[in-house]
Amino acid sequence: MSGPSTYNPKSGFEKWIDQRLPLPRLMHDTMHTFPTPRNLNIWYTFGGILTFCLAVQIVTGIVLAMHYVANADLAFNSVENIMRNVNYGWLIRYIHANGASMFFLAVYIHMFRGLYYGSYKNPRELIWIIGVLIYLLMMATAFFGYVLPWGQMSFWGATVITNLFSAIPVVGDHIATWLWGDFAVGDATLNRFFSLHYLLPFIIAGVVGLHIWALHVPGNNNPLGIDVKSPQDTVPFHPYYTVKDAFYLVLFVILFAVFVFYAPNFFGNPDNYQPANPLVTPPDIVPEWYLLPFYAMLRSIPNKLMGVIVMGGAIVTLVFIPWLDTSRVRSCRFRPTMKWLFWFFAGACVILGYCGAKPVDAAFAGIPLVWVARLATAYYFAFFWLLMPIIGLIETPKKLPASIAQSVLGDSAAAPAE
Amino acid sequence: MAATTSDAGTRRDFLYVASGAMGAVGVAAAAWPFIDQMNPSSAALAAGTTEVDISTIQPGQQVIFKFRGHPLFVRRRTPKEIEESKAVPVSALPDPLAENANLAANAEATDANRATKPEWLVLIGVCTHLGCTPTVSTPQMPQGEYGGWLCHCHGSQYDTAGRIRKGPAPRNLDIPVYTFLSDTKIKVG
Amino acid sequence: MRHTKTALLGLAIGLIAVLPAAAQEEANTERLPPKAVSFSFEGPFGTYDRGALQRGYQVYKEVCAACHSADHLAFHNLMEEGGPGFTEAEVRALAAQARVPAGPDEQGNTTDEKGQPLMRPATLADYFPKPFANEEAARANNGGALPPDLSMIVKAREGGPEYVYSILTGFHEDPPAGFKVVDGKYYNPYFEGRNISMPPPLVANGVTYSDGTKATIDQEAHDVTTFLTWAAEPKMEDRKRMGFGVLIFLIALAGVLFAAYRKVWKDAH
Repeated sequence: MSGPSTYNPKSGFEKWIDQRLPLPRLMHDTMHTFPTPRNLNIWYTFGGILTFCLAVQIVTGIVLAMHYVANADLAFNSVENIMRNVNYGWLIRYIHANGASMFFLAVYIHMFRGLYYGSYKNPRELIWIIGVLIYLLMMATAFFGYVLPWGQMSFWGATVITNLFSAIPVVGDHIATWLWGDFAVGDATLNRFFSLHYLLPFIIAGVVGLHIWALHVPGNNNPLGIDVKSPQDTVPFHPYYTVKDAFYLVLFVILFAVFVFYAPNFFGNPDNYQPANPLVTPPDIVPEWYLLPFYAMLRSIPNKLMGVIVMGGAIVTLVFIPWLDTSRVRSCRFRPTMKWLFWFFAGACVILGYCGAKPVDAAFAGIPLVWVARLATAYYFAFFWLLMPIIGLIETPKKLPASIAQSVLGDSAAAPAE
Repeated sequence: MAATTSDAGTRRDFLYVASGAMGAVGVAAAAWPFIDQMNPSSAALAAGTTEVDISTIQPGQQVIFKFRGHPLFVRRRTPKEIEESKAVPVSALPDPLAENANLAANAEATDANRATKPEWLVLIGVCTHLGCTPTVSTPQMPQGEYGGWLCHCHGSQYDTAGRIRKGPAPRNLDIPVYTFLSDTKIKVG
Repeated sequence: MRHTKTALLGLAIGLIAVLPAAAQEEANTERLPPKAVSFSFEGPFGTYDRGALQRGYQVYKEVCAACHSADHLAFHNLMEEGGPGFTEAEVRALAAQARVPAGPDEQGNTTDEKGQPLMRPATLADYFPKPFANEEAARANNGGALPPDLSMIVKAREGGPEYVYSILTGFHEDPPAGFKVVDGKYYNPYFEGRNISMPPPLVANGVTYSDGTKATIDQEAHDVTTFLTWAAEPKMEDRKRMGFGVLIFLIALAGVLFAAYRKVWKDAH
């Protein structure tokens, strides 16, 4: 797909640049003429949306760091100073805080889209694995960031998450102490978390570069999951997908703006508007919504080490998906059984999220949620490690269309417009 | 057929230009909060007023206070210093303007315009060249030739009314907005 | 058949609804959901009622501030846009009445002859004075309980303004038979555990409003809740106003982009 370059420098200056640093050529080939399947739907616009989210977080974050003070005694007040005194500080902080939620919302849609259309399958395994790495980095960044306001939930969230490492046999306690730089979460912890929170987004940006690079070797997958066979199957990225991505991006920004301007604390926790107090734990420690499914898994396992292993395993599992899926068909559109199992899987994730948000001893209609969470956790792992390999072998896929163009334009595929 | 294509092309071009223009306007508008956040915050602005107690300052002495993060010179001048200052014709000054925030921008740099009460000189202690703090001149330790101040960074010399007389500084030392709340108290800012 | 199904469904929903309620009745120390009360600042176009803010500040100053700090509020906030709308002269007068810790005097003393810390009148830049010097002093004066800081109480509590209002007006109810009110505490069903350390703070005519509003407990609670909501979210009016403009712009931009998108893709099919 990344065939010979079609870049044709127009002026002498462009030619001069091109011979020395072919950056305009790269931009031209990857964002202008890049042949893209003509049938990408709304779910394929989230790559662009995610790039936007990363940029917004980095820009707002750099600005917030101009006013934030990473000191256990001053951090909370410095955030309030941003909210009250800094010009537009409230706006920038609310964008950054809600931006994290919007970022994860987009990344989950992006991941489920990849799962549904089999975008992780040969030849796109590395794109998927790099994506899992980005997701991990995002979780780490979000966690470090959530600690910085130094409210009650910041402090106790940091305490609980760092204590996960103490579950590791023999060296666990030493690792926890090493992470804290003290006997408990404190000033030293806050400072290193701030440093890492500032660093990681730039690493993410770099890995995103690899993600896109890897994508541009085989080109986009598409909702049919079939390969591009002729130029008729594709359209140039610009203007077709630039304008489509831009339109859906603006819709996404509208949703974003509704939260920032009209429900800025919707995703927040009231406890985080109280300064950190190492002597009083809030009654319910809840992570941000995007980590709730993993938190529910952790809590549903009565053994500390096992709980941590299960939670970590849930993420590590994602790396193996390209080889766990044995089907020769990519898209769930043509996989009648897998389609259902996929939606059950999505449901299990939502249920896990719900369980994670509720208190430990909560029940729904008399059923203790801990058992609901166990069931959903079991399905999570069974989906990847049992159903995916087995169903792939025994399922009879529906008949695939001959080509993307035929599917979109109809059999009679009259002479294409181009 | 050709006409239709060209119409469609025009309409498409218009929509491109409209989207691009609106996008540019949006980005420009969104940039403002990110620029304005670097300006002084409302807390910094509210802290922009300082009250200083001048009751303990002796004639011939200068006391330095802090005002908006800068040194604030309050000098109680001796009659001799006042006379020296009054003797200088405005036409002989490199900067003939009073640079007094309490007066009109074009007020002349006479001694009366530099000090409302002749005995008290209130100045921002920032050299108008590149922002160093000039050193005060006293009969025991004279600084420069004019009995006022000498900036050690690049050798600007000020007289006993804080006016630039020699050296690279372009303007007289600035006089902030101030009022006498009483004989011993000044509100600055 | 259809009816049986509906009835069964209704029964199931009923059971789900009743079960937790029954459990709550038993526990008895669970807090009640906050009262439904409406405020001027609710909704996408809601603004703070200036009168309520000014009256609420009076209630805060004359009642709450005796025990509660409001660390993040400075006097100059009282004259800022979107706030109570006091004039600069009024705020200067209010600040001058308050006394805040002063720096050392010329001799370097930090206390007066009687050993009391030096104080000075507040200025616009000063933050509201604290009722107690430190947490220990606050606890010692309040039977061991720490009166929480009020500058963000509305955002720091589940239920927000309704919760604060309910706590303030939730005294004077008789505890149910068999409920044990802990010694030195007060019964308030809207508070977690229903035992609250704060004595009923508001009484009818506890303050005298200069605008002639009748100072009932409900009125005082409503006013001070409005004030505390502003204290927690002083930029709310700015935020909603800007949000409206931003959304209008984005919707227009989406419209133009949609037209461009349709136009471009029409050629591709």
